[in-house]
Amino acid sequence: MIRKIMKLSLKSILNNKMRSFLTMLGIIIGVMAVVILVSITQGAATGITDSISDMGSQLITATISDSEVSVSADEIESLEAYPSIDSAAPVISSSETVKKNSNSGSYSIVGITPEYFSVRDIDIQRGRKIVESDIEWNTNICVIGTDVATDLFGTWDAVNGTIIIGDSIYKVVGVLEEQGSSLAGSDDSKIFIPYSTAERVTGQSGVSSVYIKAAGENSVNAAINSTEAFLLQATRDEDSYTVNNQSEVLDTMGDVTNTMTLLLAGIAAISLLVGGIGIMNIMLVSVTERTREIGIRKAVGAKRRHIMFQFLCEACILSALGGVIGLLLSFCAIECYSFAAATAAGINWMVGFAAIGFCLVIGVVFGSYPAAKASRLQPIEALHTS
Amino acid sequence: MIKLKHIYKSYRLGDIEVPALQDVSLHVKPHEFVSVLGPSGSGKSTLMNIIGCLDVPDSGEYILDGECVENCTENELSDIRGKKIGFIFQQFNLLPDLTAYENVEMPLLYHRISAEERHERVMKTLEQVGLSDRIYHKPSQLSGGQQQRVAIARVLAGRPSIILADEPTGNLDSVSGKEIMDIIKGLWQDGNTIVLITHDIHVADQAERKVYVHDGKLSDKETSV
Repeated sequence: MIRKIMKLSLKSILNNKMRSFLTMLGIIIGVMAVVILVSITQGAATGITDSISDMGSQLITATISDSEVSVSADEIESLEAYPSIDSAAPVISSSETVKKNSNSGSYSIVGITPEYFSVRDIDIQRGRKIVESDIEWNTNICVIGTDVATDLFGTWDAVNGTIIIGDSIYKVVGVLEEQGSSLAGSDDSKIFIPYSTAERVTGQSGVSSVYIKAAGENSVNAAINSTEAFLLQATRDEDSYTVNNQSEVLDTMGDVTNTMTLLLAGIAAISLLVGGIGIMNIMLVSVTERTREIGIRKAVGAKRRHIMFQFLCEACILSALGGVIGLLLSFCAIECYSFAAATAAGINWMVGFAAIGFCLVIGVVFGSYPAAKASRLQPIEALHTS
Repeated sequence: MIKLKHIYKSYRLGDIEVPALQDVSLHVKPHEFVSVLGPSGSGKSTLMNIIGCLDVPDSGEYILDGECVENCTENELSDIRGKKIGFIFQQFNLLPDLTAYENVEMPLLYHRISAEERHERVMKTLEQVGLSDRIYHKPSQLSGGQQQRVAIARVLAGRPSIILADEPTGNLDSVSGKEIMDIIKGLWQDGNTIVLITHDIHVADQAERKVYVHDGKLSDKETSV
């Protein structure tokens, strides 16, 4: 009997194709909004977190923010004595005007030690890295990022070329591997010079920041604590530095994207709710239109629950069908989006099925009132309506 | 079969209480064919509603097939209607979107009857009313007489204890009307109990017994028309 009644509901939906479609449209749009927005935000979030973890969760960054305090590179070296710390790379950063023939621009100049490459896990594509003897001899050499190489040298090979940083001539000894954009700013558009050279050029005696690689995944927290203790001792001012770890950034990012996802899903859910109200509205119209049918059914023995079930079924089929159509359309839309935007945003099926479940709940909730109204009709009165 | 004792029923029209039935008592024996005759507004429709368990009396006693029905709940009344009563209406009251077959099957869906038995009953009763070749037609594709025959098949498929016919020929031409009356008389001869409600003396004359309703009162004799 349940199957018969469901078939009946389906039939009455098909009898009013245009109306049913318009009613479902509310649900279709609602489901699409939820599924597409959540899938795309989560896709973007996964991209961001991936790029953060690419930078290494064992990486700790300490930044000296107060120009009054100074921590020397030699002091930083003593950080490596801590068992939780694998290596520490001091960095001096500044910004200078760089010229090459007629090309010029302002670039970020970074003074580094050889440890920088291992701590940041960066390699060169051509030439050589900055080595210990460069530091020792304060040589005017530099390693440049790929963007810098393209900007200044065009298609020419930058290795063994010369550029002018500030007032001095530097020889380019290496070009870094392309890193692409990343959250922490790309090294592609930076110029790296020996630490000691940077100290001399900028007149800066202390480090700007330190990159620290923890000894292992499990010693990250210990390494952070050691670094903080060390910097407190060295500066005697705990406001003058900040220590960050990628996993903290990752957690924060996760929180942010979760909040974003929830927010968007919430907004989209409102449109689902509006769709539900549309279903209720049309079901009420349908009950009025079919008063006579209800009367006939009751006269031949239908009980309240039979009528109730019939109308509830209709509401649920409308909303569930809308949900399924919405999910399929979302799938197409997301495929198109990820093709067009060349990102790997995939449909979030879990959200999709949750949305369909939510649709069914909407069908039951918003179908209940019209169904109850239909079931309470008195047969004599219903029969007398023509 | 039907025992109505001192039935009273009135309706409210705004502030006025309109008495529809006053002290009506009626006894219909099994296998009897009774016609209830009366002009419009006499209360015969109210009587039909009460006999058909579509409505309950304000006071009085109604025993149908040995069961007291005046204090039944709405769902119990639905059950009684489905199992014991078959309605033949003036307007046929078929569902327009369903085929003849589905219309006849529809009441059976509300009772626990297996699919095979439903099919058997539907086919048998449609054949009985001579519509075997029209089973997949919708009401709009059938003539008035044919629609009324579908309605009769719907009644028969339910195997009711009594058949209530409310002006069954009212919307039909005389030829179809005669056909329908022949079918109803045939049903009586097959042993069914029939209560026919009409204002047409010629229709009423075909019954075994006539009762008259006038101004909400019932009598065995034609009082004043």
